Amino acid sequence: MIPVKFDYVHAATVDQAIKLMQDSDGTGKVIAGGHSLLPLMKFRLTEPDVLIDISRIDQLKEVKVEGERLIVGALVTHHDASKHPLIQAHVPLLADTASQIGDLQIRNRGTIGGNLAHADPAADLPAAAFALDAEIIIQGEDGEERMSVDSFIIGPLITMLPENSLVTGVSFSIPPSHAKSVYLKYFHPASGYPVVGVAAMAGTDKAGAIDYIKVALTGVGDVAFRAESVEQTLLGQKPSEKMIREAARLAAEEGEMGSDLFASAEYRENLCKVYTERALRSILL
Amino acid sequence: MAIENRKVTVTVNGQERSAEVEPRKLLVHYLRDDLGLTGTHIGCDTSQCGACTIMVNGAAVKSCTMLAVQADKSELTTVEGLGTIDHLHPMQQSFWEEHGLQCGYCTPGVMMAMIGLLQENPNPSEEEIREGMEGVICRCTGYQFIVSAVQKAAKIMAEAAAKDGEAVAASQLVGEGTHRG
Amino acid sequence: MANVVGTPLKRKEDPRLLTGNGRFSDDIQLPGMLHAAILRSPHAHAHIKKINAEAALKLPQVVAVYTGKDLEGKIGPIPSSWLVPDCNLKEAPQYPLAIDRVRYVGDGVALVIAEDRYAVRDALDLIDVEYEALPAAVRQKEAMQEGAPLVHDDIEHNIALHWKAGEIADEVLESAEVVVRESFYVQRVFPSPIETRAAIGEYNPGSGELTLWCTSQNPHIHRMVLSGVLGISEAKLRVIAPDMGGGFGGKIGVYPDEALIGYAARDLGRPVKWIEQRSEHFTASNAGRDEVIDVELYGQRDGALTAIRVKNTANLGAYLSTMGPGVATIDFGLMITGAYDIPHASCETFGVYTNTTPTDAYRGAGKPEATYQIERIIDLYAREIGMDPVELRRKNFAPKEAFPYTNAQGLIYDSGDYEKPLQKALEIVNYEQLRQEQEEMRKQGKLIGVGISTYVELCGFGPSKVAGAIGFQGGVWENSTVRVHPSGKVTVYSGTSPHGQGHATTFGQIVADKLGIPMDDIELVFSDTRAISMSWGTYGSRSTPVGGAAVAIAADRVVEKAKKIAAHELEAAADDIIFESGIFQVKGVPGQQRTFQEIAKAANMAWNLPEGMEPSLEAQSFFDPENFVYPFGTHIVVVEVDKETGEIQMKRYVCVDDVGRVINPLTAEGQVHGGIAQGVGQALWEGAVYSSEGQLLSGTLMDYTLPKARFFPPIESSFTETPSPVNPLGAKGVGETGTTASIPAVMNAVMDALKPYGVKDIDMPLTPEKVWRVIQEGEGN
Repeated sequence: MIPVKFDYVHAATVDQAIKLMQDSDGTGKVIAGGHSLLPLMKFRLTEPDVLIDISRIDQLKEVKVEGERLIVGALVTHHDASKHPLIQAHVPLLADTASQIGDLQIRNRGTIGGNLAHADPAADLPAAAFALDAEIIIQGEDGEERMSVDSFIIGPLITMLPENSLVTGVSFSIPPSHAKSVYLKYFHPASGYPVVGVAAMAGTDKAGAIDYIKVALTGVGDVAFRAESVEQTLLGQKPSEKMIREAARLAAEEGEMGSDLFASAEYRENLCKVYTERALRSILL
Repeated sequence: MAIENRKVTVTVNGQERSAEVEPRKLLVHYLRDDLGLTGTHIGCDTSQCGACTIMVNGAAVKSCTMLAVQADKSELTTVEGLGTIDHLHPMQQSFWEEHGLQCGYCTPGVMMAMIGLLQENPNPSEEEIREGMEGVICRCTGYQFIVSAVQKAAKIMAEAAAKDGEAVAASQLVGEGTHRG
Repeated sequence: MANVVGTPLKRKEDPRLLTGNGRFSDDIQLPGMLHAAILRSPHAHAHIKKINAEAALKLPQVVAVYTGKDLEGKIGPIPSSWLVPDCNLKEAPQYPLAIDRVRYVGDGVALVIAEDRYAVRDALDLIDVEYEALPAAVRQKEAMQEGAPLVHDDIEHNIALHWKAGEIADEVLESAEVVVRESFYVQRVFPSPIETRAAIGEYNPGSGELTLWCTSQNPHIHRMVLSGVLGISEAKLRVIAPDMGGGFGGKIGVYPDEALIGYAARDLGRPVKWIEQRSEHFTASNAGRDEVIDVELYGQRDGALTAIRVKNTANLGAYLSTMGPGVATIDFGLMITGAYDIPHASCETFGVYTNTTPTDAYRGAGKPEATYQIERIIDLYAREIGMDPVELRRKNFAPKEAFPYTNAQGLIYDSGDYEKPLQKALEIVNYEQLRQEQEEMRKQGKLIGVGISTYVELCGFGPSKVAGAIGFQGGVWENSTVRVHPSGKVTVYSGTSPHGQGHATTFGQIVADKLGIPMDDIELVFSDTRAISMSWGTYGSRSTPVGGAAVAIAADRVVEKAKKIAAHELEAAADDIIFESGIFQVKGVPGQQRTFQEIAKAANMAWNLPEGMEPSLEAQSFFDPENFVYPFGTHIVVVEVDKETGEIQMKRYVCVDDVGRVINPLTAEGQVHGGIAQGVGQALWEGAVYSSEGQLLSGTLMDYTLPKARFFPPIESSFTETPSPVNPLGAKGVGETGTTASIPAVMNAVMDALKPYGVKDIDMPLTPEKVWRVIQEGEGN
């Protein structure tokens, strides 16, 4: 449980953090809450020479509305995300998901930015991020860029984060006010990670037809994914038990099912269907 | 590459303490080995068991998953800062009365996590308490008497808060034991 | 003063533990202390070709590196302590570090000592070991096959032991109308105390004394074994078990690690500390169970059971652990008839070496396995003949009048009334109504299951002459000293070694009643070989029935002597002295009295003692019980299985246990709860998974599920009390009952829920996927 030796520096600003990364010549890693990084370091699965602590850059703790999107600073903890009035009001799916990450101690330290930058295939947050068309806000040597979450996370623990750059925040699209949402999770009994996590949002128009629907799943394979077949099947339809059940059968279509000690690919596929169905029922019926 | 030790200064259980440590030193080792606060325990190496849970700036945190340097200038509360043997904190008192502990190894961390829970939710249901314990593992008790203990503590703390105003609940957290450490 | 035995007193030990004032192994800091780590084999089976520690030794803070070769001739092999007779037992020597061959992932290869715990971890990475991998024998039945890799070259078919008990005549088997057969796997699990193992050695070159603090459930066994291994007089080896964060059997064993730390401390002349890491614990600490059990239950259509024939193939791992050989043989094979009066029984056990971590006693040790097979097969038998499982059990219970009851394997059950807890449990759960509800729910397509286990278990080790006869390399009596100080305050020494059970409280209650003094006047001392003369420790639910009994007897002896002093002072005959609530009185002469405290002072001052009486007030007892004790009871579990996912939800858990006389209902119930959690853990979540190469795949708490709070419903537990006649307390053991009873109760409930699909068995743990697959098959998908 003891990491290899490393040096440790504080960055007071984003620019300074980037400068420190440049100085470290690729051997540095950024740390905030540390709940993705330190567990790996304790097993010596990653051995950075220097940790650049960004946890005291207060501007990365802000939450604000920008037009149709909500910007959540990278350093907002899962706990704070689950309680923040702006997040609860505008993207309750994010609040709901954040409230189910890990456990209460982990939620007090783990951060939204750190979680997504880590791209753990078993993490909860990517489901919400995919459903909410999240954009990762990245500050790099040449300024700021935004990358959609599906182009940012490209594999297990692999992202398109450019060298010497920093995730400073995440921008989530604000769903229409009539959309309901839920994050439904099947906990791995040991790790607490989702064996499957379904983030679903949906709303119906005045005629009762589904006019807004987003479904994303995490935990089942290398990366989270949007269940577009489910969305397309239901869009424009009036929700019914049968309709939801049929649509939910397509929940695993866009995903690659992983397999591990606890659950095979076949079983995960079943969980995708069952949990998607239950998630959709809870918000549509 | 020479890596310099860092001076880490914290206010722990109301007292300022500091020690020079390697940047890689885990907060739990800093507390135990450098400050001699051995009431906080280590039960795993994957951040699962929660035996090392303490309060950092008022929030329950697993001290095995935090570096000492990250805690520099923070306010910490460990089990030694909860209550004394002669004047137990309501959580400690309730664990005692309800037989919420057997070997006592996970107990300090469990109590800290549950104080964290009560801060968020002063009157949790049995289900909420059980869910709140996702981040702790007790191998002795089967949890049932821990649940009873937390229910009792919640009641005592709520009554005290109602009686004396909101300040009490906060002061109970850093209780009689603050002179120690 | 009111009697406190039988009352739910708060525990004496808690204020200390609740305030961070416990003193666990890792809390011990000694001047100049070094830190140790053990480099362990990443291979299940390999030759060690070369070890190069130069780079590690170059680290400035590294003090020493020892390899198996360095220690040859300096530390002896670690012997097993249970050499079961008449089973062709073959014990392969286990050296503290592997010398030329590693035999399991986790086998010690090098010991590293450095100035601090961070440096010693760094040094581990710098030791270069060249291995030549060998094929591994992993699963017991395969390991016995011709041509399987041999764990020890001279042990054919990897068979460590072949044990038999009981014979059944062919006519008995042939005359049965019904035979139900099933093969059960009681999978390997990890005891997993939240505090891992630890050892700290300190050598005093002046006195030649080596002090070893270690996580031991039985410090005197550690002293006895390690004095031989290290070649040091028992009089110069002091073993202390500090506060311990649980044990569950995992801290019974004398491990190589303790020997290494003792050796290094003596060799280097400085204190050395070793703390096991959690992921290290999974391979370096002994596991439990891992037994394949083939059962045949014979009987008549009317439910009369006539015979049970059992074969147990047990995975003992790479070496024989301290208790390992006795678990699947004696502990298991003599208890296969359970609570039932089955006239004929036979058991055959193969103990098999494999390239896995050794297995040892884990909570219940053999009895959960024995209970599992009988409680599972009796349910299948009931199903076969179309009888309610409760009725079949009742029909075959060893009858109340038959106690002391001799089972088919020759064990004598001390006392029992199996109907009593069964009836109570059925009432609590409202069995008739429950079955009706189940039927209705089934009609609605819901999978509700009711599972029952009416267990009995053997514990409270035990009579020493029996221990000798079954090859246990020790006595199993207990010892206590009750020492009365001049003030009347009392120190009680007990050889048991508590680690969460609350002996300071329960034993304190016993003494408080005996001496009529307040609990606060009594201090308990345990777990230090210097303070306590020979003893055998805490395991097998023996502490109260044997250790507590020894305390009671010593306290009685104190009273006996005190009465004589009181009689002398009051000028009466000792027989005329009545002692009640701490007051000595002359019978029929009110006012003529002395308090316990006055007598304590008189005894210690010795100014005026009866002629020929030795001074002081202190008594020691050595209690060797005439028999084991046999707690019993009924556990009933109600589950609901989610048809779509296979997830199992426990709706109710009702248990009624009879553990004889209950000293403290609060701590007894705590033991039951904790035992249940571990048994349910085995049934539903826990299980070691090895690859075919012998790699442990479930080797962290991310993969291996220790039960969490949200997994359980409230446990509805209560007791009935049928005293044991074999000790003066009437008490039986309570530590293992919950585990023993709960595993089959949960499994039976799930099998009952899945009855519509015709399924008879699923290997534990019942992960949702396994259950889902059975449902899928049953639904014809």
